[in-house]
Amino acid sequence: MTDTLVSSPGPVPTRNRPSGRVRADSSGRLPLTLSSGLGLGAALVWFSILVLLPLAAVVGAAAAGGWGSFWGTLTDAQTFAALRLTVVEALLVTVVNAVIGTVIAWVLVRDQFFGKRILDVVIDIPFALPTIVAGLVLLSLWGPDSPVGVNIVNTRQGIFLALLFVTLPFVVRTVQPVLIELDADVEEAAASLGASRFTTFRRIILPSLVPAIAAGSSLGFARAISEFGSLVLISGNTPYETEVASLKILKFLEGDNQDGAAAVAVLLLVVAVVTIVALDVISRRVARRG
Amino acid sequence: MKRVMKAAALVMTGALALSACASADGGSDAKDKTINIVGFAVPEAGNKAAAVEFNKTDAGKDVKFSGAYGPSGDQSRKVVDTKGKDTDYVVFSLEPDMTRLVDAGLVEESWNQGANKGIVSSSVAVIATEKGNPLGIKDWSDLTRPDVKIVTPDPASSGSAKWNVLALYTYAKSTGATEAQADAFLKKVFANVSTWAASGREATESFKKGVGNVLLTYENEAILAKQNGEDLDYVVPDHTFKIENPGAVLKDSVPVAKDWLDFILSDEGQLAFVSKGFRPISDVDISGVKVEGANDPSNPFPPVKDLSTAADLGGWSAINKEWFGKDGQKLRFDKLYAEATKK
Amino acid sequence: MADTRQIRARRGPVAYALRIFVIVYLAALVLWPLYEVGKQTFAPAKAGAEGGFAAFWERLSDPSVTYAFNLTGTVAFWAVLINTVFGVGISLLIVRYRFPGRRVLSVLVDLPMSVSPVVVGLALVLAYSTGKGWFGEALEGIGFYIIGTTPGLIMATAFVSLPLVIREIVPVLEEIGTDAELAASSLGANGWQTFRRITLPSIKWAVIYGVVLSMARSLGEFGAVKIVSPGAEFRGETATLLIQNRYTNYQEPTAYAAAFVLVLASVLALVVVSLIRKEDH
Repeated sequence: MTDTLVSSPGPVPTRNRPSGRVRADSSGRLPLTLSSGLGLGAALVWFSILVLLPLAAVVGAAAAGGWGSFWGTLTDAQTFAALRLTVVEALLVTVVNAVIGTVIAWVLVRDQFFGKRILDVVIDIPFALPTIVAGLVLLSLWGPDSPVGVNIVNTRQGIFLALLFVTLPFVVRTVQPVLIELDADVEEAAASLGASRFTTFRRIILPSLVPAIAAGSSLGFARAISEFGSLVLISGNTPYETEVASLKILKFLEGDNQDGAAAVAVLLLVVAVVTIVALDVISRRVARRG
Repeated sequence: MKRVMKAAALVMTGALALSACASADGGSDAKDKTINIVGFAVPEAGNKAAAVEFNKTDAGKDVKFSGAYGPSGDQSRKVVDTKGKDTDYVVFSLEPDMTRLVDAGLVEESWNQGANKGIVSSSVAVIATEKGNPLGIKDWSDLTRPDVKIVTPDPASSGSAKWNVLALYTYAKSTGATEAQADAFLKKVFANVSTWAASGREATESFKKGVGNVLLTYENEAILAKQNGEDLDYVVPDHTFKIENPGAVLKDSVPVAKDWLDFILSDEGQLAFVSKGFRPISDVDISGVKVEGANDPSNPFPPVKDLSTAADLGGWSAINKEWFGKDGQKLRFDKLYAEATKK
Repeated sequence: MADTRQIRARRGPVAYALRIFVIVYLAALVLWPLYEVGKQTFAPAKAGAEGGFAAFWERLSDPSVTYAFNLTGTVAFWAVLINTVFGVGISLLIVRYRFPGRRVLSVLVDLPMSVSPVVVGLALVLAYSTGKGWFGEALEGIGFYIIGTTPGLIMATAFVSLPLVIREIVPVLEEIGTDAELAASSLGANGWQTFRRITLPSIKWAVIYGVVLSMARSLGEFGAVKIVSPGAEFRGETATLLIQNRYTNYQEPTAYAAAFVLVLASVLALVVVSLIRKEDH
C-alpha cells in the first residue's frame, strides 16, 4: 500500500547504519529489534492476563464436564430454545440493518439537507450509550408507562427492538466511507450509456458496497447475539419465549452452574471468533482489490 | 478551534484524573465505622430503616452502611468465593445459605445458639395479585387454573423460591394429598410459571413489568411494594409457610457489626423491620404500630390458620437433601421442574 | 466528489422519500426515546416524586450517587490509560514489524469487540476468583484480589474497550507509511526520538479519537462489571450498576437522573469526536 522504501531483493539486509535500523523487507515491515521485542513480550503478557487466560478459563470450564455434559447443556430444551431465539432475532436484525443501514449511509453521503450533521451524531448514540441506559431509554417510550400505549416488555418484538437499537451504527459506519470514496466517473458513464438510476445502483454501486455491508453486518450480528444490558430490563426471561443466551449465562452463573454458563459462553465465543475472522478475510479481500 | 479542543481535552482528562485520586476509599477511620452488609434480595429497605434508628444510638453514631443485595444462594456463594473479604454482616433468606459460610469457616459455629436461634427477621409466603385481584385468587389451589401466569424465582439462585415451593408442598399435604398427588399438584403449578426469576426482588420486578399475573413472594416484599405505590394486592392463604431469615456477623469483621446485630434483635430494631413489612421475631408490642402497605395497616400480620415451618419437615439439611441439592443429582424439585416444563 | 453529484443530482421523489424515511426512522428509534428519558428525569410520572432541576440535582448529590460516578470515572480513566498505552504499542508492532503470529495477534485484538459482556465477567471470575478461579489461590497468596475489587473493575472495563484505540490507530499507521520515520532514522534519530517526534504526532488525532470512544465505552460498561463487582453502595457500585439497583429498589427518579447524566456524557463524547473529525480533515 504505502511502502516505498524497499531493500534490495536479496537475502538478509545487514545492519550497516549508525542508528542500527535494519532495512525493511518487501512488505515494508521490520524484523524485531531488542527493544521492540521486549515491548511485544510485555504487550503479550498483558494481553494474556487480560484476555487470553480468562477466555481459556471459560473454555476449560466448559470442557471440564466432558463433551457429554457440554453437549447436554446446549441441547437441553430450554437452553436450546434460548440459543435459537438469540440467533434468529440477531439474524432478523442483521438483515434489517443491512438494508436500512445502507439506506441511511446513502442519505448521509448523497443527500444534503439541514440537520444532516445532527443525524450523523444521532446514529452513533446507540453505540456510545451504556446498555442499561439503552434499556431504560427504550422502556420509557415502549414500556409499561409508554405515552403511545405500546408495551413491548417481555415480547420478542421488544427483544428485536432492543437489538435494532444497539446495532444501528454498524452497517452505516462501514458503508459510509466506501460510498464517499466511490468514483463518480463509472456512475456517470453508466448514466450516459442510458442506464436507469436503479440499474446503476444495482450493478455498479451495490457490488462495491457488498464487502462493507458484509463487514458491518458481521459486527452487528456479533453485537446482537452478545447484547445483555438492554435486554435485562426488556426481557422477562420466560423460558422458550424471551430467554436469550446472555441472560441464560447469567442465570446459570447465579445458579451455581458454572459449567452450563461456560458451555453457552463458549458457543458465543465461537461465533465471535468466526465473526472477526470473517471480518479479517473480508477486509483483506477489499484491500487486495482496492 | 484547535486550542479549544486541546483545552477541552485537558480539562476532561484533568477532571477524570482528579476523580481517580479523590476516589472512594476513605481513611482507615472511615473503614472501622462502615459495616459492609451482604444480604439476600429483599431486606435492603428493612436494613436501611434499622440503620437510621441504629445511628441514633450511642453504639451506632456515625456508622455508615454499605449493602450488597441479591439472590440468597448467589450472595452466599459469592461471600464464600471471596473468603468473606470486605464483609461484616450477612443476612440470607434461609439457613443453608448461612451454613455454607459456617462450613467455609467464615461464621462461628455458635451463630445460632442465641435466644433467637440466629434468626433476624421473619415473614410468611403469600400470593400477590394484580390490583383488585381480578382473577379472584384465594388459595394455592387457584394456581393450577389455566388463566393464571405465575412469577416465582428459581431455587437454583433464590431463597424466596425455595420457601414458595415448600409452601406449595405443605399446602398439598395439608389437604390430605399423598406424595404422588402433591407431586402432581406441584407440576401443575410449575407448568403455569411464566418466568423463573433470579431472585425475590427480580420476581417482583418481572411482575411489575407484566410478565405474569400472579406473584409468589414474601409477605414483606408485597407490603414493601404496596408501600411504594405499586399496583398490587396480596393474599395470605389459610395455609402457608413460615419464613425465617438467618443473620450473623462474620468472624473477621469490624467490632461495631456486633452492636449492629444486637440492635437488630432489640425491640427498636425489630420495630424498624416491622415498619417495612417483616413479622417481628420477638414478642415486641406492635399493637400501636401501623404498617403502611399491609392489607390492614392496623392489623398487619394476621395469624396464619395453618403455618408450616422448616422444622416440620425435619430441618433444612433434610429439606435440601430431598428437594434442592446439587452435585449432578436430580433431586425432587429438579425432577418435577423438568417434567412440568417439558415441551 | 460530492459537489459534482449534487450539481447533477435531480432530487427525485425517491431521494425525498429516502430522506424522510431515514429521518423518521432515526427519530422514532433514537430521538423520541431519549426525549422520553429527559421527560422522566425532570417530570417523573411516579406519584409523589418531585420534578424539576432542583430535585434532579439533589438526587445526584446523594453521597452514594457521587461515589458511583467517582468510581466510574476512576475505573474508566485507568482502563482508558492502560488501553491507550497498550493500543499504541500493539498498533506499532502489528503494522511496522513482522514476527511469527503477527496476523493471528492482529485478529485476536479485535476479539473483545464481539465478546458478550457477560462472558467477559464470567471469564474473569473463572480465571481470578479467590474461591474457584484458576489463579485464585495464587493471587490470594500474594494478597492481590481481583474479583470484588476496583482492579477487577478496571480489568473488566479494559477488556471490553481494548480494541477501540487500536482500530483507530492501525489504519492511520498503514496509510501514512514509513517514509518519514525512515527519513528520520537515516538522519540519525534513535527509535524513541522518531516515535516521539514523527510517529506520535502523525497518529495524534487517531489516538484522541480512540481515547474518546474508549472513554465513552468504559463509562457505560454494565454486564461485565455486574459480575465482577460487589455492587454495594460505596463499595463497587458504578454508575451503571447504580442505575439498575435504584430502578429495582423503588428509587426510579434517582436511576433516571444518573441515566440522564450518562446520556449527556455519551452525546458529549460523540459531539467532541464529530468536531475532532472536522479538525482532522
